[in-house]
Amino acid sequence: MTSAFDEMGEQASPRPAYTGVAAWLAETPAAALSAKLDEAELIFRRTGITFAVYTEGGDPERLIPFDIIPRVLDAREWSVLERGLAQRVRALNAFIADVYGPQEFVRSGKIPAPLVLHNPGFAAEMVGLRVPAGVYTHIAGIDMVRVGPDEFYVLEDNCRTPSGVSYMLENREATMRLFPDLIRRHRIRPVSHYPEELLGTLRSVAPPAASDNPTVVLLTPGSYNSAYYEHSFLADEMGVELVEGVDLMVEDLVVYMRTTRGRQRVDVIYRRIDDAFLDPLAFRPDSALGVPGLMAAYRAGNVTLANAVGAGIADDKAVYTYVPEMVRFFLGEEPILKNVPTYRCSEADERAHVLDRLHELVVKDVHGSGGYGMLVGPHATKAERAAFAEKIKATPDRYIAQPTLSLSTCPTFVDNGIAPRHVDLRPFVLSGRDIKIVPGGLTRVALREGSLVVNSSQGGGTKDTWVLDG
Amino acid sequence: MRIRIRHETRYRYDGPVDYAAQVVRLTPRDHEGQRVLSWRVADGSGRMLSGFEDGYGNRSHLVTLARRHEESSIVVTGEVETADTSGVVAGAIDPLPSLYFLRRTEATTPDAAIEALARAQEGVADPVERLHRLMLDVRARVAYEIGSTSVATSAAEALARGRGVCQDHAHVLIASSRLLGFPARYVSGYLWDGSLTGPAEASHAWAEVRIPGLGWVGLDAANGVSPTASYVRIATGLDYADAAPVRGIRRGGAGETLAVSVEVQQVQAQQ
Amino acid sequence: MLSRTAENLFWLARYVERAENVARLLDVAMRMSSLPHGPTDGPDEWHSAIVAAGCERSFYAKHERASAESVIDHLARDPDNPSSILSCLETARRNGRAVRTALTADMWEAVNATWLETRKLTRDDFVPGRVGRFLERVKERSLLFGGAAGATMLRSDAYWFTRLGTFVERADNTARILDVKYHVLLPKAEPVGGSIDYYQWTAILRSVSALRSYHWVYRDRIKPWLVAELLILRPEMPRSLMSCLGEIARQLEVLGQAYGSRGECHRLAGQLEARLRFGKVEAIFQAGLHEFLTEFIDSNTVLGDEIGRHYLF
Repeated sequence: MTSAFDEMGEQASPRPAYTGVAAWLAETPAAALSAKLDEAELIFRRTGITFAVYTEGGDPERLIPFDIIPRVLDAREWSVLERGLAQRVRALNAFIADVYGPQEFVRSGKIPAPLVLHNPGFAAEMVGLRVPAGVYTHIAGIDMVRVGPDEFYVLEDNCRTPSGVSYMLENREATMRLFPDLIRRHRIRPVSHYPEELLGTLRSVAPPAASDNPTVVLLTPGSYNSAYYEHSFLADEMGVELVEGVDLMVEDLVVYMRTTRGRQRVDVIYRRIDDAFLDPLAFRPDSALGVPGLMAAYRAGNVTLANAVGAGIADDKAVYTYVPEMVRFFLGEEPILKNVPTYRCSEADERAHVLDRLHELVVKDVHGSGGYGMLVGPHATKAERAAFAEKIKATPDRYIAQPTLSLSTCPTFVDNGIAPRHVDLRPFVLSGRDIKIVPGGLTRVALREGSLVVNSSQGGGTKDTWVLDG
Repeated sequence: MRIRIRHETRYRYDGPVDYAAQVVRLTPRDHEGQRVLSWRVADGSGRMLSGFEDGYGNRSHLVTLARRHEESSIVVTGEVETADTSGVVAGAIDPLPSLYFLRRTEATTPDAAIEALARAQEGVADPVERLHRLMLDVRARVAYEIGSTSVATSAAEALARGRGVCQDHAHVLIASSRLLGFPARYVSGYLWDGSLTGPAEASHAWAEVRIPGLGWVGLDAANGVSPTASYVRIATGLDYADAAPVRGIRRGGAGETLAVSVEVQQVQAQQ
Repeated sequence: MLSRTAENLFWLARYVERAENVARLLDVAMRMSSLPHGPTDGPDEWHSAIVAAGCERSFYAKHERASAESVIDHLARDPDNPSSILSCLETARRNGRAVRTALTADMWEAVNATWLETRKLTRDDFVPGRVGRFLERVKERSLLFGGAAGATMLRSDAYWFTRLGTFVERADNTARILDVKYHVLLPKAEPVGGSIDYYQWTAILRSVSALRSYHWVYRDRIKPWLVAELLILRPEMPRSLMSCLGEIARQLEVLGQAYGSRGECHRLAGQLEARLRFGKVEAIFQAGLHEFLTEFIDSNTVLGDEIGRHYLF
């Protein structure tokens, strides 16, 4: 792991983007940083940013640790990422539209038909429905990793309901309050307009029948959801109502919200509820979170759901392996962003290779997320690898494998001072009539030494992410 | 044959209900051997309901009642002209590729018993003959008995119990056909029973299996035949949950009594 | 605003107020029980507290006899009783949490900190000798909540619905506290207007923090019809039915103007307020104080329901 690419480089001769940060780190005593860390925690507690983790025990309203040392990308690096992300998300949207429409990608044999048609993420409820602007994943979170100066890879696509954007915004806010001088030494591209861009994106995909001033709401499962803070934060910032299922009702295939002034028609729903809970008449009948009849209104074209139902088909880790082909097929372009080389355990020879090399590969459940259900070969015991091998043999379709990447590191403030820790990057891509990407994204950092798991549910932290101007 | 249908679903609640919603799939569509002459889906007051099409191409309607009430009803009436096509369904609205219908669902996940049932006719080479025998096997193994199962009963459970209704026959046949590699789907509809004069209870369900060279072919395991001109085909899906005639939810009301009356009559052709 | 938000604010305020008023009810009962008792086998102040709190059924399903211990436990602590103080605080917080972004930080703090405090209490804190401290604390926190709402909330619909909740609940509770006197029989030998009677009326006044106000307004010794007049009809008495209804009518009028629509709740509030404004205490006593209070409590309940109906709760 010592060979990992460090984004700052040697403190004495840092890479150009990091000169300011390196100098600042050199001149600031550890005690001062430590005091700032406490102050940061106070800021977050007071604003109420918390993140509940779906495991037992622990503080149910704990904070995701915030690392005070920013992660920096220069303008050139970002411009490549930005073009690549826009391209990738255009292709993903085209793919999802095709899956629920003509299915040309399947029929041309570019992807095995069963992988699409028998995928748990495939929603028959969407077949034949034309959604405004052909957009299915209005908010996509693309997880990127870096292994060298110019080597970025896409690790996975989150087209369903990516979360974490509130941390991107609050982290910047915190840095500006904690280190105004450091900020002043740099020209950093702002991120605070994200909620405005999000609202613009959502309004741009209102159903044709909506007025010029469409009503947008944010649908949350409620205050007990782990991401409730983000839901209320975004609703506040956009100036839209934060609604729960009980606030909405459908009549004559139109969605209304119950307000003290009477019923008000709703045109666009930014929903942070999973497909399965959206409408008890279409999906899980026991869902109390959803809105009965919502799918009927959706199918009738009277409301837009963002993200669209069934967008999760693109999150499947086996489908992921076909994204470069999607870029070529739908856009006629060469992909700008690279995928991590991936072995499909569904294919016999690739499976044999995977079983042979378990000790050096990362194996993932194609439907898994949040870092659950995976095997990190080099870190696993022999027994764990043997057990996993059995699972792969039993249900090969469920697994893919990738080489263990040596993720880049960034200087991170830890117990015994400043040390390199592995990071990833989740930029958020907004798709409406146009594509908008706020510069940067959410940097997640694995706080444990040597760890490659950055997920907040497994002890990861976050960093403010800077994109430098020009 | 000309068939007239009147289907009324009446809900009576024990105590007031503040909100109720139902999605109904009760509208036939045209295909070879079936032509809809007139059709109407209305609520108790005669008001036409708002319609939409689901992902399977089923014409569906939504009923919502957002004020306090203790009973409600849905009334479906119409006439359909049918012809015998030996069970072959051609020209139907089919938005999903047939491969999709190899997908397993909770209700149609096969167990060892279903697998044994499906493999029993392995020696028969001709797929039509083979599926026909499979249908008769299903009929033999699951005795028709009203009330022996519920809408939540799976194919495996019904086969283990050896009793069931048309829905269970369809599920068992679907599960075994898929196991053999034949795409199969659930169909809900009406059946006019020619042995009776006058109206009769007639909601029905059967399966359709995709046979190479023939296309989709209906197989009614409950009666051991392919659908004839006496069948009116309404909705399709992977299993009952997709094609259910009515799916509802309500807030309030301790319990409900559901009264369903279906009348299917043959209309004498005008001379 | 969302109807659910309005509903949560309304009930948040109601439950905070109810917690305070149950504390006040227990306060009356404790004061009355410390008065000299004649030999009586009729129902006493502990039974009356249960009746006044509207908890007769839940209480007697669990306890055989109304004693200081059982009543205090049922009304202050018992988590199975939805009207116990602890339950009220819990429900208040749940409502508050659901609309946290509609609350000011100070209001949330008032509700949340109270709830956190109560979680540390043990059964020992609810025995008759020690519960007084808890009851004082509950009143204090409720007053803090009301103060925080008044001092920090934007004057918009969120504020009006919060206020409506407070006053609908307060009217209900003042009527109930006053009605306690009906249920507490005087010892057989005691004359109406005698010393026990006097102390009982005093206890009621004290429990609603109105003893000094009484003296200030009437400059007279404690007389039952004047106590009733103060708590029912006097607009300058902040917990009187007249005051509460005046506030309700005012908040509804502001809402009516803001939304440009009025409904049955507006009519009903106006009617109830007018009846109190033009009411005379003599007439009330003639027809029966208990009957008057019972009818008022019913009408007030209907008013609460109508507010919910009109604003689509």
